[in-house]
Amino acid sequence: SYNTSKPLPQEEAPAKKLRLTKPSKSAALHIDLCKASNPTDALQYLLHFARSSVEAESVEGVVRILLEHYYKEQDNSVRLKIASLIGLLSKTQNFNPESILDDTLNTFNTEKSHQVLAQLLDTLLVIGTQLPESLIVRHRLIEVAYKHLSDTYFGVRNKCLQLLGCLGNVDTPLNKDGQGLVPAVIGDAQSLISDYFADQDPRVRTAAIKAMLQLHERGLKIQQTIYDQACQLLCDDYEQVRSAAVQMVWVLSQLYPESIVPIPSSNEQVRLVDDSFGKISHMVSDGSWVVRVQAAKTLGNMLQVSPHFLEQTLDKKLMSDLRRKRTAHERAKELYASGEFSSGRKWADDAPKEKVDTSAVNLIASGACGAFVHGLEDEMYEVRIAAVDALSALAQSSASFAEKCLDFLVDMFNDEIEEVRLQSIHVLRQISTNITLREDQLDTVLAVLEDSSRDIREALHELLCFTNVSTKECIQLALLELLKNLTKYPTDRNSVWKCLKFLGCRHPTLVLPLVPELLSTHPYFHTPEPDMDDPAYIAVLVLVFNAAQSCPTMTALFSDHTFRHYTYLRDSLSHLVPPLRLPGRTQAPGVSGIEGSGSVESAQLFLQQSLSRISTIHNLQDPGAQDLLNFTIRDLQRLGELQTELAGAADFSATYLRCQLLLTKALQEKLWTMAVPLCLKHNAMATAAAKQMLEETYKLEFLYSGLENRQVATIHHVRLQAKALQLVLTARTRRGVEPLISVCEKFLQEVESFQRLFVVELPHLQESFVGKLLDLSPKLSACKPGELVKILQTTLRQSGFLNLQLPKQVQRASATIIEPTGESDNPLRFTSGLVVALDIDATLEHVQDPHNTVKVQVLYPDGQSHVIQPKPGDFRSPGPHRHRLITQVYLSHSAWTEACQIEVRLLLAYSSSRLCKAVWSDSSTEGLQPAEGATEGTIPFGKPVKVFIMPKPARR
Amino acid sequence: MPEIKVTPLGAGQDVGRSCILVSIGGKNIMLDCGMHMGFNDDRRFPDFSYITQQGRLTEFLDCVIISHFHLDHCGALPYMSEMVGYDGPIYMTHPTKAICPILLEDFRKITVDKKGETNFFTSQMIKDCMKKVVPLNLHQTVQVDDELEIKAYYAGHVLGAAMVQIKVGSESVVYTGDYNMTPDRHLGAAWIDKCRPDILISESTYATTIRDSKRCRERDFLKKVHETVERGGKVLIPVFALGRAQELCILLETFWERMNMKAPIYFSTGLTEKANHYYKLFITWTNQKIRKTFVQRNMFEFKHIKAFDRSYADNPGPMVVFATPGMLHAGQSLQIFKKWAGNEKNMIIMPGYCVQGTIGHKILNGQKKLEMENRQTLEVKLQVEYMSFSAHADAKGIMQLIRMAEPRNMLLVHGEAKKMEFLKDKIEQEFTINCFMPANGETTTVITNPSVPVDISLNLLKREMALGGPLPDPKKPRTMHGTLIMKDNSLRLVSPEQALKELGLNEHQLRFTCRVQYRKTEFTIFIVLFDLLLKKCYTIQHLPDGTVMVESIVIKVSSSAEEPNTKVLLLSWSYQDEDLGSFLSTLLKKGLPSGLSSM
Repeated sequence: SYNTSKPLPQEEAPAKKLRLTKPSKSAALHIDLCKASNPTDALQYLLHFARSSVEAESVEGVVRILLEHYYKEQDNSVRLKIASLIGLLSKTQNFNPESILDDTLNTFNTEKSHQVLAQLLDTLLVIGTQLPESLIVRHRLIEVAYKHLSDTYFGVRNKCLQLLGCLGNVDTPLNKDGQGLVPAVIGDAQSLISDYFADQDPRVRTAAIKAMLQLHERGLKIQQTIYDQACQLLCDDYEQVRSAAVQMVWVLSQLYPESIVPIPSSNEQVRLVDDSFGKISHMVSDGSWVVRVQAAKTLGNMLQVSPHFLEQTLDKKLMSDLRRKRTAHERAKELYASGEFSSGRKWADDAPKEKVDTSAVNLIASGACGAFVHGLEDEMYEVRIAAVDALSALAQSSASFAEKCLDFLVDMFNDEIEEVRLQSIHVLRQISTNITLREDQLDTVLAVLEDSSRDIREALHELLCFTNVSTKECIQLALLELLKNLTKYPTDRNSVWKCLKFLGCRHPTLVLPLVPELLSTHPYFHTPEPDMDDPAYIAVLVLVFNAAQSCPTMTALFSDHTFRHYTYLRDSLSHLVPPLRLPGRTQAPGVSGIEGSGSVESAQLFLQQSLSRISTIHNLQDPGAQDLLNFTIRDLQRLGELQTELAGAADFSATYLRCQLLLTKALQEKLWTMAVPLCLKHNAMATAAAKQMLEETYKLEFLYSGLENRQVATIHHVRLQAKALQLVLTARTRRGVEPLISVCEKFLQEVESFQRLFVVELPHLQESFVGKLLDLSPKLSACKPGELVKILQTTLRQSGFLNLQLPKQVQRASATIIEPTGESDNPLRFTSGLVVALDIDATLEHVQDPHNTVKVQVLYPDGQSHVIQPKPGDFRSPGPHRHRLITQVYLSHSAWTEACQIEVRLLLAYSSSRLCKAVWSDSSTEGLQPAEGATEGTIPFGKPVKVFIMPKPARR
Repeated sequence: MPEIKVTPLGAGQDVGRSCILVSIGGKNIMLDCGMHMGFNDDRRFPDFSYITQQGRLTEFLDCVIISHFHLDHCGALPYMSEMVGYDGPIYMTHPTKAICPILLEDFRKITVDKKGETNFFTSQMIKDCMKKVVPLNLHQTVQVDDELEIKAYYAGHVLGAAMVQIKVGSESVVYTGDYNMTPDRHLGAAWIDKCRPDILISESTYATTIRDSKRCRERDFLKKVHETVERGGKVLIPVFALGRAQELCILLETFWERMNMKAPIYFSTGLTEKANHYYKLFITWTNQKIRKTFVQRNMFEFKHIKAFDRSYADNPGPMVVFATPGMLHAGQSLQIFKKWAGNEKNMIIMPGYCVQGTIGHKILNGQKKLEMENRQTLEVKLQVEYMSFSAHADAKGIMQLIRMAEPRNMLLVHGEAKKMEFLKDKIEQEFTINCFMPANGETTTVITNPSVPVDISLNLLKREMALGGPLPDPKKPRTMHGTLIMKDNSLRLVSPEQALKELGLNEHQLRFTCRVQYRKTEFTIFIVLFDLLLKKCYTIQHLPDGTVMVESIVIKVSSSAEEPNTKVLLLSWSYQDEDLGSFLSTLLKKGLPSGLSSM
């Protein structure tokens, strides 16, 4: 597992030059070192030498020369440098360090300096990691390490332990044939290392623990006997020891969770994982924050801990000691409930009332008591975040713990660091599925809606979508606060509506009693009709309608205008308003096809039906085919608007069909048979169609996620058709064969690469354009351009319609620019020639890898355009398949006379080669990526936004 | 035996006028020099006559250390240094040095200008006193003289509050001053390394309290203020000018900002601005958040909090006022309280501890009618709330500090006796160390066991090394032979030969001899013995005259003239081989049921 540390090859120089310098390399070094009159010079030469690269063949020679000087050299620092150089050289690629092992080992016989010894051991470590397979080498190295373990210098002991950790026998000793070489002691690296847990030097202690962890990582099962030692190390004076010991204890707790350990000073016993959980919890109040972070993180990985220990972590007042846990738990609780300790919330409640049986209560909790209370209150936010994360991990595995930690998480919403607040909101969302918020908790949660940070507010909306509440007051409270939020931050509109939709869905029975109040209906009087454009009113309606969906009695409470508004909203905001079964109202006929039941299933069915209807077309030249395509495209577009779940699939299909329609139109004309000069207009139309088809294919390929091989093949197929059309058109318009030859060749190459890429899909493409083309393929490559064009023309016309198979989930990438809104009439003024920063805030959905693909384009009125690549840090991911881009783009221009609009839009950059790699990485064609097929480009997505800017001339 | 003596002059089983005398390694140190809020007479200041009846204190004290700027820790400083007389160094941290004179001046003004007291220290005295101050940095070891060194640790509590370690040789004492183990909105938590002092002198204000999480407290506080302001009431928060005030200001400021509240917040005293200036300045003493964000915005530049004018108290409408002093015993807070006490819409929030005898203490205990000066009574109708915001460690925090420092003895000050008693039991039981809680004027003596450094000669060490393996095993003590020379105030361990040479003495040999009588028939035991010795790898030599040498032990067999049936065994060994010699002799004697022996 250590091969990974090999450096990159350093063979950049041309081979010829290398050969020339090769013999002189070691010689030059030799001469240099001989020339050196004093250690400083020698060191300089060595340092200089270290910068140059040595090829594998000459390494051995160089090492010999170095060692030769090593023995002559009196100065420690020079010897140390030589030792380190040997280590460096042994990492040269293609060099087998085994050949220099003996020589290196020999140096140990004479070396007196501890520092140099440590460096030599480091070199051995490098050599050893290069040769992980060779048992003999490992044994020899371990032997050396063993010999020097008792060195007085800490560095040497450190390195020895490191060697033992990296190379020590992982298999149980005495079962390998290397036995004869090695004394039994060396075989058992574990006990050897554990002896150094009590070394006098903290650095050695740390190294010993790390070596042990290393052994563990390499697959050795650490013995449980070490547990006590590891626990003692938790109280070490030095933080790095404690930090490593926390890891060690954790490893042991994962290895032997169920074994029973005795509790000192009593005859009770606990599970080891509980014991270690208590001990690590204790470390959350350690003096060093590094240890605290480590401990808090580790707690989150101890899921096997017993529930009552887990729950103690949230209890600060419970002061029962771990030792007396089972017997004193209840008693301790009573004591503190009886007011022995005051809470600090009431004056003078801290007068001791009765003498306590002090043996039963321990102030200092050596158990898990209050670990998280401490962790969440820590001064360093690193610790707090670690604690929040650990809470999340533990709460997800235990519902009762989730219930208990709720209060603490809610408290964290008031943390002074935004990162912590955000993290705790996210965590609460993750665990909120099995939690019901109480009113006071909800109150605290909702208070955060006024936060000025958009991230926080949106995270909170997200949380509210998943929250269960218990009373109708809670619903009212939530609605009130959300409406407040809406008036304060109107841009949150969509987010708030969405939030209310889920609230309504989840709590129909709680909404029901509120309806008259919410809709301000009155039993006798007509109330004025509310303004339909008021976002707050829409918000209320969204809540009510979603609740009414599963509460049929609710509709009886609606007034007339409510029904009207329902119909309106059902149409305009169909993603927020569900279909309702309205009593006494028959659905308007005509829309029944989709809206009758309105469910996703029926929409899906409709989609399938439409597509299968299309599939009856065999040839695009069939009469009526065009009309059918036209209708279906219209249907699909409408479906996409109505059913957001299917928008991706519907759009995808519609676009594909549009491509086919374009092709049909371009081919259909009788004009094809006419002489060229007579049909210029038609040519122009066909050329435009071909171009549009090409563009659409890129959109199809890169704008939709969830595509499978089959669809990609279909898209590429359309692209080939488009290119064939282009080729035919080129042939018609241009005279002469010369330019045509290269175009034809290129086309044939593309056909070939298509064949290569979609070898699996070819059976499905039999009747299609490509299928027919491939049937003719041997003839194609031989024929002349003119013939080829003819073939293409007929094949295009005669080939069958390729049916579209829809994958399960197609999602269209979309982007919405929230900021700037484009509504402002105040131009952004700045001095021309200087820059002005424009804040961009956009949400991206279903965009894969936005860090690389999403770009911002700025279009100036004079046609200038700039494309800006946002920083990776500007992207956040608030939810699955969702990204948020918050960035600044810098604008600049020379002076204008008056304010003008610039256009800001988002682009999705694609590169077909990159995508090929991503899609085909596991297929057999890997490594055959057609570089010639790589097209790069950008697709604009999302609506562009116009911004007024006004560059003014600089005042002198 | 060396000992450390601790005598509280103030704060012994009491809160207020902290002043603790420590004698350690022949040095006398005064820790804090505070005043008592509850008294207006002589009891206000510590009783310095304990140190000396007349004359100046300079020759009795090696240094004075002030832990932080609260008046109960530094209020008596000018009185002590200028009026009683002390010219030695006074140590305090930079922020304390900056803020301390402001508070002292304020205190002087109230006492002299308002109450008209005479025989009080003057402004000039404060200035003179401050000239004697030597500033301390955190974790900087300051050498007071050749032997005495002090080192400051961060204590939280207020800006610039420090815990001090006092060290003479290997004896040390840590004084915590006031400290806080939970970080708050503007300060971090106290921290100390495992310095294992002989005595840890800790405050114990909240000896029996275990506080809720601070977030609950903050939320409660904000909720109470918010509700009162919403229904148009006025909120009075009595604070000491510095410390909690800033904490609460930051809390309210951020809350106001977040909730977009309009009600005004006022801060009553003029010295706040000056003090806030220092808070802005000493940003390194605050917590992580403020330290990291002060480049964007210094948290102490308040947007919503304005200076208070006396006339504002009668303004209609809601407002929040911070006023000094914190225990309502005098000054502006008391004046405002008198004005607002009659309206039940208003609220007073006591954010901290109140000393017995103050009005704060009275109203907290639920007194509804207060007797004021001039025999007037004041009815208390407003809501009285208590929020423990004072930044003292609670019981758990104190325990945590003990765990961090690992002291050998514990001493509690700055707390009420009853509560101390409770904590003392806990500490003794939990850590199995002694815990003391002396009253004022009572001396606690702790016997220390300081390690005495001895120089060892390199030759001797090397010789020992050669004898017993390459590495000294830290787990096992090892005995060695050597001579301890105490000369010229230094201790040296040298080899005996060198010692003899240095002292010009002759070497005397010490030999033990022993005689054992055997019957001839029992003589076989002798042969068995030799086998045994041979097996144990002792070198055995047979000398020509019939004697046997086992190492340096001479064994001689002779037959006695009187009793031919018995043989006499003569054993002789040098002092160095005592172990082997006595082993042999007992062996020989044991082997002889009827053996006669003589030494």
